[in-house]
Amino acid sequence: MAAGAPMGAGNSSRIYKGSGWKLLFPSWIIIGIFLLAPVLMMGVYSFLTKEFRGGVIWQFSLDAYDQFFFDRGLFGDEPPRLEWTYIGIFWRSIWQAGLATLACLLIGFPTAWFIATRDPKSRSTWLFLVTIPYWVNLLIRTVSMKFLIRDTGPLNEFLLSIGVIDAPLGLINTNFAVQLGLFYSYLPFMVLPIYAAVERYDFSLSEAAADLYAGRWTILRLVILPVVKPGIVAGCILVFVPSLGAFLAPDLLGGAKTFMIGSLIEEQFKGNAGNWPFGAAASMILLTIVMCVLLVYARNQNKVEAR
Amino acid sequence: MASSEIAVSVDQVVKRYGSVTALHGVSLDIRENEFFTLLGPSGCGKTTLLRAIAGFEDVTEGHIRLKGQDLIDQPPFKRPVNTVFQQYALFPHMSVTENVMFGLLRKSWSRQEAERRAQDVLELVQLSDFAKRKPGQLSGGQQQRVALARALAPRPEVLLLDEPLSALDLKLRQAVRMELKAIQRETGIAFIFVTHDQEEALTMSDRIAVMSAGHVQQVGSPREIYETPVNRFVADFIGETNLLDVQVLSVTGGVAQVLMPGNRNFKCPAAAVVNAGPGHLSVRPERISVCAEAAGDLSATVTGHTYLGTDIQLHVKLVDGEAMSVRLQNAETTLMPETGAVVGLSLEAGAARLLAD
Repeated sequence: MAAGAPMGAGNSSRIYKGSGWKLLFPSWIIIGIFLLAPVLMMGVYSFLTKEFRGGVIWQFSLDAYDQFFFDRGLFGDEPPRLEWTYIGIFWRSIWQAGLATLACLLIGFPTAWFIATRDPKSRSTWLFLVTIPYWVNLLIRTVSMKFLIRDTGPLNEFLLSIGVIDAPLGLINTNFAVQLGLFYSYLPFMVLPIYAAVERYDFSLSEAAADLYAGRWTILRLVILPVVKPGIVAGCILVFVPSLGAFLAPDLLGGAKTFMIGSLIEEQFKGNAGNWPFGAAASMILLTIVMCVLLVYARNQNKVEAR
Repeated sequence: MASSEIAVSVDQVVKRYGSVTALHGVSLDIRENEFFTLLGPSGCGKTTLLRAIAGFEDVTEGHIRLKGQDLIDQPPFKRPVNTVFQQYALFPHMSVTENVMFGLLRKSWSRQEAERRAQDVLELVQLSDFAKRKPGQLSGGQQQRVALARALAPRPEVLLLDEPLSALDLKLRQAVRMELKAIQRETGIAFIFVTHDQEEALTMSDRIAVMSAGHVQQVGSPREIYETPVNRFVADFIGETNLLDVQVLSVTGGVAQVLMPGNRNFKCPAAAVVNAGPGHLSVRPERISVCAEAAGDLSATVTGHTYLGTDIQLHVKLVDGEAMSVRLQNAETTLMPETGAVVGLSLEAGAARLLAD
């Protein structure tokens, strides 16, 4: 800790001394059974041989990763060429998830700002309103979205009836529909952390900046955004990560062209046609990408604090 | 006085929040190169007035002029005044230097010039060694200096200070007072300082405006405010005083003839607006001395003592039952009457003052 910094709780106070880790025993069990074990299993499965009816044969094999990255022709006897299909799906998924994150940020930040600047009594009402739709199952919400935006759905019928459009917009099965689905699914994950950060924001900082000749946009850019940045980053991670692996929105609202990682992985484990080691390998690759994003963020954060 | 000597002119400023009126037509002239203090209890409107000058609050009526130029329609970021905030409001994500440079860069100084200016100002507040630290790594007193440096850096026409010392502990507060005053002298700009601490106001200010309930009660030098208060509020708020109920017999040429409790006659200066009839006499406890019962202006019974270190406070009761306090120096030569003793109290000439309500 830097010299002169306020004493943090928990480093020297006798209140915090003692064997607190024993109390964590239940947590360790939960984390072990439901988090570490499945990831470990997936890692192991990705290096096994596939069984054609689904499932695995316990025999070490790199086939799953090989299939992901290399094309060896129809019969597997040609020299390996880089396989672009799955990399393309991954790239498209990252792009889609990024766009959804951006959309959530653009809508979520002003929303969070609005809520955090209401008087304290009405804030909880606004937060409640934001979270109400999330009491309904995600599947049902996504299907409802499909009914809303399909060519014969209320949105198109309304726009046709008031004469804004001559023909249905044809929204369904497009990237836009997937975007809409992702945006709608994960918006609160953006709003809530930003709200928490803005609520703690000291508005005299804005006054100080205005006093020092900063206009409104300058205040936003140089003071507000840097100060609430932890909330924004948390919101972006919370939206980006599940969007990347989402399969409901692309499956139900998108078409063949909007195939995403989530759907690819899901297919490998569905019915008898699947390929478990390949699904596991794709999951491991996805996990690696997410870990890299988080590590880069964590390292950045440390650098900022150490400065 | 020539108008060029006026830095800030507050002209009939009214501020209403819904049905509540925070400022009732306040008018003040703050001179250039002056340490001017707005003093009053919380809720008296002093902070509202400061924020109106800074531009954070709109005024309902009236004008605020800076060197003759009307500021009312200008947003805070266009006013050439800077503020030191009560909780400092330092930008937590910027270093000390970046904080100080913030205003300069917004005024389109070059980076190089801004850095040089920041160095100079940090030297002025003796913080050069801490330039690279973040505000979170500084003590309260150091943060206060950064806030001061940040506000001084763009060379404002007027510096506004909103209770900047209230977050510091007593020893530090006393040291910073003298420093602040020295910096004001060195920079030569007008400081408008808001505080509820009368000691702070008396020790630092060139002039003080005492405010209460949205009105300015009195404007004057610390000595004028303390020694010739215009009304009961000012006398009571500044320092300690005894307020005696007396009968005013006559007022001529600023001198009043009054009948004291115990029916002794007494002559004293009067605030201009006092008429004959019941009145209030303000007597500072340190301007009273104890003498033989018959020789005093007042006769009193001693009811107790309080030890204050440099002084001893004597609690006495007058014949009509009114309580008074008298301060005697804690010296070997001071004669200290016993509890229960009947003594005379003699008031120094000019020590007592007849006040309007």
